[in-house]
Amino acid sequence: DCPGTSSAQAGRAAACQGCPNQRFCAAGAAAPDPAEAAELRERLRSVKHTILVLSGKGGVGKSTFSALLAHGLAADEAKQVALLDIDICGPSIPKMMGLEGEQVHQSGSGWSPVYVEENLGVMSVGFLLSSPDDAVIWRGPKKNGLIKQFLRDVDWGEIDYLIVDTPPGTSDEHLSIVQYLGAMHIDGAVIITTPQEVSLQDVRKEINFCHKVKLPVIGVVENMSGFICPKCKNESQIFPPTTGGAEKMCQNLNVSLLGKVPLDPQIGKSCDKGQSFLSEAPESPAASSYRNIIQKIQEYCDQHHFHEEKII
Amino acid sequence: LLSFLPERSNLAGVRHILLVLSGKGGVGKSTISTELALSLRHSGKKVGILDVDLCGPSIPRMFRVQDNDVHQCDSGWVPVFVDQDKSISLMSIGFLLEKPDDAVVWRGPKKNALIKQFVADVAWGDLDFLIVDTPPGTSDEHISAVEALRPYKPLGAILVTTPQAVSVGDVRRELTFCKKTGLRVLGIVENMSGFVCPHCSECTNIFSKGGGEELAKHAGVPFLGCVPLDPQLSQSLEEGRDFIQEFPKSSAFPALAHIAQQILDGTSQRSS
Repeated sequence: DCPGTSSAQAGRAAACQGCPNQRFCAAGAAAPDPAEAAELRERLRSVKHTILVLSGKGGVGKSTFSALLAHGLAADEAKQVALLDIDICGPSIPKMMGLEGEQVHQSGSGWSPVYVEENLGVMSVGFLLSSPDDAVIWRGPKKNGLIKQFLRDVDWGEIDYLIVDTPPGTSDEHLSIVQYLGAMHIDGAVIITTPQEVSLQDVRKEINFCHKVKLPVIGVVENMSGFICPKCKNESQIFPPTTGGAEKMCQNLNVSLLGKVPLDPQIGKSCDKGQSFLSEAPESPAASSYRNIIQKIQEYCDQHHFHEEKII
Repeated sequence: LLSFLPERSNLAGVRHILLVLSGKGGVGKSTISTELALSLRHSGKKVGILDVDLCGPSIPRMFRVQDNDVHQCDSGWVPVFVDQDKSISLMSIGFLLEKPDDAVVWRGPKKNALIKQFVADVAWGDLDFLIVDTPPGTSDEHISAVEALRPYKPLGAILVTTPQAVSVGDVRRELTFCKKTGLRVLGIVENMSGFVCPHCSECTNIFSKGGGEELAKHAGVPFLGCVPLDPQLSQSLEEGRDFIQEFPKSSAFPALAHIAQQILDGTSQRSS
């Protein structure tokens, strides 16, 4: 019986002998060791809620959303928020949070996150690079190693919300974070898309990935949903929803549409400046959309309690 | 994976290989790859596109051949021809998936194995250009593709960015990747550079402006031009149409045609 191509036994089980795909599957080994994963989860016991921000597609606004979600949740000063950027090749979070050039400090209790506010800490490979030209040219196993370190060695303290920003795709980083954290210990995934089919076709794969690894989907955000010309106020669909946009996809796949966010030039500007768009342009329709979405996510998390006594 | 070594390498008939890279996702690599192929075809060239984005393969749909299958021949896989002309051929994992929504959830080593096969085992035949479209980043796919292509001396890489600093920040790292792997940078394209409202012609720099050009200057590489946001281009790609043929009056057309011309000029200089 085929153990499944994405199982830890892929290529190594008795049933794999003689299978034409055996070498392929065996080459895909190096899944996290369960004992290690358990150690990591112990380390993260004091994290109340974990949210993954995913997309099959690049450039749809995952990091933008992660940053705003972090700011939005940290607006309540009583909450402790952590933002972990596991995009190892293209770490956008430091710039978006206004933390470019910051470095990570070590202490007795581990690596210190970089704090934007007292209650908002950030970690990214960006803080480990000394120059903006430094490229992280690593294959999968090395990236997994760093993600493990981020989970094991960062002294996050007590956190209400851990937000994990991911690179596009369904590969090492995604498998590792789900396997290290354990799907059960993640409240869910927020999936970002733009309206056009070129994005949706990748996002459907991401939703299937979530189902495959038993990761709950909190819902989908449709970004770049229309543009209103500042001069004539007419709307243009720059990324046209030729197949019904996120709305139709969510209906078909039975997942929740958390909201649609229009294009607003101020969003990109704020990201480039490292400022929160929600603070810079609070009256903007896009800001209002984002706030509604953040609230829905908060409500979702409030309904999901993870008891510390839960047996793994 | 010990494949029968063909007498003639499958890339022996390919005159020029170029990669389309970006550190950043969603900036338009597949779009630029597609439009470049269409432009080169209109200049009478035979073009192949090798799509090594295994998680998010966009190329098949951009040519309306997403439902096609791949067949085998003696020398390996037969690429998918876009039309009767056979002037554009494609290879992508998109053609190998049983269901289009199936996620390819592979770790690096497995991706590397398929990329090596894609480079060695596709029977391209004679091509003027092989364009290699890549996923964002500087990881397994990029390392493996460059290593596998190295013996065939690629022409170089086109780097795509959008204007804003967040994108440029990633593309700087891609430039370092090119330097470290000895890949010549043919130039930088600044995509999504401004939007002209079709109703009133007001130009809004939705994703800022100028970052790509500045990066090219700063890095000492050619700047291939700014391509504006163009809903007709997006629509064309959604429907797998030939934008270059059907929308020559569209706002993105001049820039895209100019990029292709610079590539052609570059290759004719090389051979003279």
